[in-house]
Amino acid sequence: MAKPSDVTDGEWEAEVLNSDKPVLVDFWAPWCGPCRMVAPIVEELAGEYEGKAKFLKLNTDDNIETASRYGIRSIPTIMVFNKGEPVDQVIGFRPKGDLKKSLDKAFA
Amino acid sequence: MADADITEFDVVIIGGGPAGLAAGLYAARGRHRSLLLEKGVIGGQIALTELVENYPGIPSINGFDLAQAMHKQAEDHGLETRYEDVVGIEKSDRKWRISIADGEILTKALILTAGAEYDKLGVPGEERLIGKGVSYCATCDAAFFKGQEVVVVGGGDAALDEGLFTTRFADKVTIIHRRDQLRASRILQDRAFANDKIDFLWNTVVTEIVGGDQVEEVKLKHVETGEESTLSTAAVFVFIGQHPNSDFLGEFVETDARGHVLVDDWMKTELPGLFAAGDVRQNSARQVASSVGDGVTAAIAADHYISDAFPD
Repeated sequence: MAKPSDVTDGEWEAEVLNSDKPVLVDFWAPWCGPCRMVAPIVEELAGEYEGKAKFLKLNTDDNIETASRYGIRSIPTIMVFNKGEPVDQVIGFRPKGDLKKSLDKAFA
Repeated sequence: MADADITEFDVVIIGGGPAGLAAGLYAARGRHRSLLLEKGVIGGQIALTELVENYPGIPSINGFDLAQAMHKQAEDHGLETRYEDVVGIEKSDRKWRISIADGEILTKALILTAGAEYDKLGVPGEERLIGKGVSYCATCDAAFFKGQEVVVVGGGDAALDEGLFTTRFADKVTIIHRRDQLRASRILQDRAFANDKIDFLWNTVVTEIVGGDQVEEVKLKHVETGEESTLSTAAVFVFIGQHPNSDFLGEFVETDARGHVLVDDWMKTELPGLFAAGDVRQNSARQVASSVGDGVTAAIAADHYISDAFPD
């Protein structure tokens, strides 16, 4: 299953913090144009890292608690977690290579 | 580099904003093998614009949607797109050679539509707090400041447009402008003055953005009296102008002091086969419609150039 799945405030701990694999989370909202450009890139990465990392997206309109917990003040923001800890953050639209570099920090 | 890594095109367009998308449509419809190179988001600046209300024939449309429609139309006619940063450009015999991260592209005609990028304030705290309250895109970020007080810096169309948009979320929007009057169009001024949530601070500049993990306040200075003050704010939206994206061109094409590429009425630079259109060129009117016109002009000029210079 390569497509990133939705994660909510309620599922955050189980899906992200307690994940045994590195997790990439795409913070987005329906009104955000650049987020619609990031989504296909994240999908491509999800295909390339299938089995190695987990890919999730969080709608910041519906999941305010998590968004404010991590101080998200701009979207798209991509965060990479390993063993429940944030290891990197990319704010704004970036090309695929940048996101890959960010994700690879979880494997360093 | 092996030949396999070189791709040949008739027309290559650098930058996928309105000028580049319009040039791509015309080049592709002209049956030229055409490639659009975009380093970020299709649409460029309009992709971040909430509403475009001055594109003739379309009363009101979201900027991102308009860009997507233009892109689809051009691709339907055969335009190819690659999301790549341009590393270098050089003349190679009679063609142009473009270096990208993993290869090279040869083209008969090259159209530069790299657009412009927002200016930063250049004050302490700004870089560090980007994405933590400092923003150059209200349509992207304003929703995170529901019920809070924010500031907008600038006095042109972008500042008022984005300031008005921000009032949908914030309780109070203070527009800080270094002059005592606005550059923005009348219709936007009228809307801003009529909006209860918007206040103006005139003849004032931001000297520092202060905050730990998030923006907390701005330090201000009155440009006439020199008086200093601070203002608490959750966000600083900066719309103070823009500069052309021409750094990657290096020295080989003539620009003005600010970096705008010099072109004639047909968008031709001094170099054969090299064209520039939209915000990257000198004297652009910096509108979606004028950039579209520029792009079309450049594509037609490129078509004529290819017929003359490559008659076989």
